[in-house]
Amino acid sequence: MGGIARARLLSIGALFVFQAALMVRPAAAQLDPSGMWAPRFDEDWEERIPGPEIGDYLGLPINAAARLRGDSWDAALVELPENQCRAHGSDYGWRGPSNLSIWKEVDRPTQKLIAYHTHLSAYGAEQTIWMDGRPHPPEYAAHTWAGFSTGEWDGDALVITTTHLKENWIRRNGIPRSDLATARVHVLKHGNYLTVAVIVYDPVYLTEPFVRTTDFAFAPQQQMAPWPCEVVDEVDRPAGVVPSHLIGANPFLDEFPANYGIPPEAARGGAETAYPEYMLKMKDMKRLPRPAKKVTNR
Amino acid sequence: MTAMGRKTSRSVRMRFAVWTLSAALVPFCTAVSTARAQQSSSQAPSAPPARDYSKAEVHILPVQGNIYMLVGAGGNITAQVGNDGVLLVDTGVTQMSDKVLAAVRSLSDKPIRYIINTHMHADHTGGNEPIAKAGSTIAGGNVVGDIGASAGNQATVLAFQNVLDRMSAPTGQQAPTPQGAWPTETYTTPERKLFFDGEGIQVIHIPEAHTDGDSIVFFRRSDVISTGDIFVTTGYPLVDLQHGGNIQGVIAGLNKIVELAIPADEQEGGTMIIPGHGRLCDVADVVFYQEMVTIIRDRIQDMIKKGMTLEQVKAAKPTLDYDPRYGSTTGFWTTDKFVEAVYKSLAPKQ
Repeated sequence: MGGIARARLLSIGALFVFQAALMVRPAAAQLDPSGMWAPRFDEDWEERIPGPEIGDYLGLPINAAARLRGDSWDAALVELPENQCRAHGSDYGWRGPSNLSIWKEVDRPTQKLIAYHTHLSAYGAEQTIWMDGRPHPPEYAAHTWAGFSTGEWDGDALVITTTHLKENWIRRNGIPRSDLATARVHVLKHGNYLTVAVIVYDPVYLTEPFVRTTDFAFAPQQQMAPWPCEVVDEVDRPAGVVPSHLIGANPFLDEFPANYGIPPEAARGGAETAYPEYMLKMKDMKRLPRPAKKVTNR
Repeated sequence: MTAMGRKTSRSVRMRFAVWTLSAALVPFCTAVSTARAQQSSSQAPSAPPARDYSKAEVHILPVQGNIYMLVGAGGNITAQVGNDGVLLVDTGVTQMSDKVLAAVRSLSDKPIRYIINTHMHADHTGGNEPIAKAGSTIAGGNVVGDIGASAGNQATVLAFQNVLDRMSAPTGQQAPTPQGAWPTETYTTPERKLFFDGEGIQVIHIPEAHTDGDSIVFFRRSDVISTGDIFVTTGYPLVDLQHGGNIQGVIAGLNKIVELAIPADEQEGGTMIIPGHGRLCDVADVVFYQEMVTIIRDRIQDMIKKGMTLEQVKAAKPTLDYDPRYGSTTGFWTTDKFVEAVYKSLAPKQ
């Protein structure tokens, strides 16, 4: 074979490889989040693992109604049989101490993406994110913990819109998120890390959108554990009893601000407390005397 | 690697890190600003449109098993469809009867055999007469002997006895509803059982709840409960004191629904619940509602024990935390009326 012929063959080969590369490249540099992911807790450890303290509403853009729900909340509510195996809402589920699995469903003949599916180890909660452009159900359709989710690409980020959520919580100390809320979730893959930015819009309990990010690390060796949940009678109560604190009668609300030297007014939360400039305002606020030993009913 | 090489490499890595961070944050920041804009638009006040049934549509939602939920005709309607025919729980408002019938015909060409009324209000019984007349009852033996062949000319309308009492009137007095809309069969026991379309059906009376004639209907094989207005997703429970309602009965009814229903995994699904108004639910939704009503009842009960008057109770805002979801300051059933009904249900009778 002559030099020109060899060069032409190499050119054709290079073109073929280039075209093949183009064919497998996803549109608009979408970063497929499929895989096994392990949670990273970092600064969120206190809130996500032992759980938030009673009366800690700091940084939450809540209204007075949400605040009273939190003040009235009695942790004994969780031990009622009908609440024991209740899953987190999909907007909160990322926060659980959960391993995460994401996989995709494609149409076999066309290889077009139909949906992403997620599985979180806590409660075995699963969510389907429809990528095929289907509409959301009508308002009279059932709501679920996962809600109904559709996804689209914004650059390389997967953006999920979720409606039809059941009531759940913003913070696991009784601060609620209503069933009229919607969530927009941005799944951002960067190297071996996944950042999930959840934005909750709740016309019932929030005065402005609530934004929270959660991080995961790629964990291909991860095994997903099952989450069997069986209801048991933990406390013998008459049917229909609903534990709650009467208005103004929750004795634990001062513990959090006293333990951490935070002004009680600030602990009450509200949109203002989510912004850095609030730190200046806090300087002039009254604080409770700190106990010699931390007291907690968490 | 030379010092220069290490520096270049570190610089490239740093630039890459900055680029990666920026790329990650840009859509996030955009999302935040978009989110704020959308939140403010979603909170813009809007007056509810006036109810014009001439333009209303009946929507059909398959539930599970033999059961469908018909939405848009006033109160929700439950349709059970099978080989034996059609059974309806409630019939919506009168004006929507033709559309309800058309929706039923789209599900089955079999005759409408039964209508069960959960209570006497017109948004649940308004279609009784035209829809019952479009159906038929399999009648024979003594029934035909006593009543004649006309016994089979319409669907059977079943309800608790008090529904008939409220819709009719003693002889010589003006009845509030036409005779053709009245129940044709009543029960006075705690429960009435049927077997239709291949499944057992429990019609369970809930005493003194939304009214004094409430029934919930449990389709046992389909695993669906139709609750009437003891459970709604659209507001606080309407306690019709004038017609024998009481908040304690509403709570007892909600507790009964929770007792009957069995959720599937994660306390979700399993038994499905069709509320009197609002969206399709499961027992987890009922539990949230039952907790809300019970907590408000407990608060008002405590205030009554402290000797507070109705006006003082209203001023204490015992429903404040649930008002943005269930409350109303306008319309027929306001938050004030709900608090008043709870107070009057609980206060010692004078």
